[in-house]
Amino acid sequence: MVMFWVALLAISILIYLLLDGFDLGVGMLFGLAKNEKDRAEMLHTVAPVWDGNETWLVVAGVILWGAFSAAYAILLSAFYIPVIVMLLGLILRGVAFEFRNKALASRWVWDVAFSGGSLVASFMQGAMVGALVEGLEFTNGEYSGGALGWLTGFAVLCGIGLCLGYALLGACWLVRKSEGAVRATARRQIPVLAIAVLVFLIVVFAHALTENLPILQRWTDRPYLFAFPAIGAAAALVLATSILRHDDYWPFHMVATIFVTAFGTLALSFWPYMIPSVITIEEAAAPHSSLAFMFWGEGLFVFPLMLLYIVIGYRVFRGKVGPMTDHY
Amino acid sequence: MDATALLLSRLQFAFTISFHIIFPSFTIGLAAWLTVLEAMHMRTGKPVYRTLFEFWLKIFGVAFGMGVVSGVVMGFQFGTNWSVLAKMSGPIQGPLLSYETFTAFMLEASFFGILIFGRNRVPPWFYLFSTAMVALGTTLSAFWIMVNNSWMQAPVGYVLEKGQFAPDDWVAILFNRVVWVRFPHMLIASYLTGAFCVAATGAWYLLRRTYYVEARVMLRMGLSLAAVLLPIQLFIGHLVGDYVHDYQPAKFAAIEARWHDEQPASEVLIAVPDSSTESNKYAISIPVLGSIIGSMSLTSKEVGLTTFPPQDRPPVIIPFFTFRIMVGCGLVMLGLAWLGTYVSLKHRLERNRMLLWGIFLSFPLPWIAILTGWYTAEVGRQPWAVYGVLRTADAMTPFLTASAALTTLILFVLVYAFIFSFGTYYIYRLLRAGPAGIPTTEPREAAPNRPMSMADQPPVGARSYISAGE
Repeated sequence: MVMFWVALLAISILIYLLLDGFDLGVGMLFGLAKNEKDRAEMLHTVAPVWDGNETWLVVAGVILWGAFSAAYAILLSAFYIPVIVMLLGLILRGVAFEFRNKALASRWVWDVAFSGGSLVASFMQGAMVGALVEGLEFTNGEYSGGALGWLTGFAVLCGIGLCLGYALLGACWLVRKSEGAVRATARRQIPVLAIAVLVFLIVVFAHALTENLPILQRWTDRPYLFAFPAIGAAAALVLATSILRHDDYWPFHMVATIFVTAFGTLALSFWPYMIPSVITIEEAAAPHSSLAFMFWGEGLFVFPLMLLYIVIGYRVFRGKVGPMTDHY
Repeated sequence: MDATALLLSRLQFAFTISFHIIFPSFTIGLAAWLTVLEAMHMRTGKPVYRTLFEFWLKIFGVAFGMGVVSGVVMGFQFGTNWSVLAKMSGPIQGPLLSYETFTAFMLEASFFGILIFGRNRVPPWFYLFSTAMVALGTTLSAFWIMVNNSWMQAPVGYVLEKGQFAPDDWVAILFNRVVWVRFPHMLIASYLTGAFCVAATGAWYLLRRTYYVEARVMLRMGLSLAAVLLPIQLFIGHLVGDYVHDYQPAKFAAIEARWHDEQPASEVLIAVPDSSTESNKYAISIPVLGSIIGSMSLTSKEVGLTTFPPQDRPPVIIPFFTFRIMVGCGLVMLGLAWLGTYVSLKHRLERNRMLLWGIFLSFPLPWIAILTGWYTAEVGRQPWAVYGVLRTADAMTPFLTASAALTTLILFVLVYAFIFSFGTYYIYRLLRAGPAGIPTTEPREAAPNRPMSMADQPPVGARSYISAGE
């Protein structure tokens, strides 16, 4: 039962990273767009699906709370400031979708809110992951790092890294979903972003080596973990060739594969801890009666339905989008 | 534990949840109404239903967006500010909220995209299905939230195990009396919110002598639904009071401002409760009525606040007044709905401008009733987070500092004030422009379902009355 919920938690976080990742990435690139026509088209590639995508963050959050209550309580209270700032970023990003179309003179306000909110939310997510990897300060099982204990150079670096990663995913999404000027711009952005992400990964790895982060021991213990970076590197090669061929379909899938391998690497390096060196998965698990109640309903029946919703949503809105054709 | 941080955390939770509830209470009713409109259009083919659907869908979109983003905050705030509660009650509240997310949020979020953007991409039956799924999602969401909150009001079906509330009887948690009176109470409150907003909009158009066809349908549907639901709501409200009487006697005594045990008990209609002297000033009360309301008896003994040690008493002023404001709003709405329906059946409503003004100005009443009702429930539950077992003061994140709590509270107030002012302004502008829409600088798609193409088109003079948007 515990393993089932760990797996579902991991899958939900991964789905969130991939789906809201491209939304947030498009949001950040939106800030660089030059004219209203391009902005409207970019927005329209994500408008019908963003709400469902963001809901996967809530899915991950409530699985964490219901199945691993202790870890939920520790993580959210330790990350007090970054969690709330991330939520405020998501709020501004989210309302911008609806408000932008209702605004006349004040449209620029929501353009700023959309790209600014996306940037802030992405940065905070990356920074929190960075702080977790580096390790938070705990005394007797209680967080003791203070309100800004998470804010380290490494966390900032990871925040920037995730912004670049999401932007890369967003650019690939735009290539896949649009045509004309938007696609041309995104095609130019992909190599720049891809190289930036690569540099980021090298810097992170070098940092981990020089600081001798405890997480690295997992790698010497478990050499099979190197399979993930290897798959990621292969995906990067396919990405490079698909860009050169001006392919619209493959770049998104290759960047998604790189995300999957990066996530898999990180998740398995944490194992068996939920929060490294603080609480293990077994220790954080809620009583069996909670896990079983969740399993026999939502786990077994509703979770597959939710995957079906994704399929329906993306099927209905498949193909390239023109600029704002079906909006009211 | 920092007392200032505790106060700020409570303020932050109260502020964010009050802001949030405004939108779902509106969209739950609106989603159901949109489903009805779409179904009626499919069945009768009358263009007015389609016009109204498209019109209210725009408003639904703005309100739904604000509800979603402010709702995401709630799921995380239990952990940020109330980590002890989150850890202790996580095994019960976590699964309940996860059911909400799985069964409700995902459903509404996925089909909302189709509702807004998918009209031309799916067959009509699937579009209706999507509308119904959004409505079902919002309703299920209300259900799980009420189960969750009801467990905090009257915790059942658990054992204390390793410092956590471990569930041992989910049937008791899901199917107890408290849930099944409070869930209908909230659901009907949401339907009433939708009904009054729709009726008020209709009244507004008639007062402005425009959109006659749509306005009549809105008034008829809104008022008649409210006229039927309000007596039911008052009855269910009474049942909610019964559970409070049985499970939360201290809250009941605070609502009644009853300081000492009385037999038979009187009912305080209005007063200024004073907790320093443990008595009421300027009280107007009716003898014996308190026993009738509390226990349906002429002789029953009713518990007073002084029965409880001071540290276990809720504040009195807030539940006492918020409860009376809620009931007052309910009674005014009942009067308006019945009178309005009666006059409308006599076909005299359009000439009765006084009544139209009353209906138009009544739109805030359901929200005031919902907010004050929730304040009664939540402030009345104090000093407990989980009634009788976990105090609010002990539920807070132990290391949360006042400065961190103040920073986030200020950020929430700024961002929410910002989006609320723009959101309500956009909704107001949509409502003022009416079903014909706001002229924009962008070319708009041709819409054969606009009121211009309707058979029973109002005079041209009436249409030119609409002022253009900014």
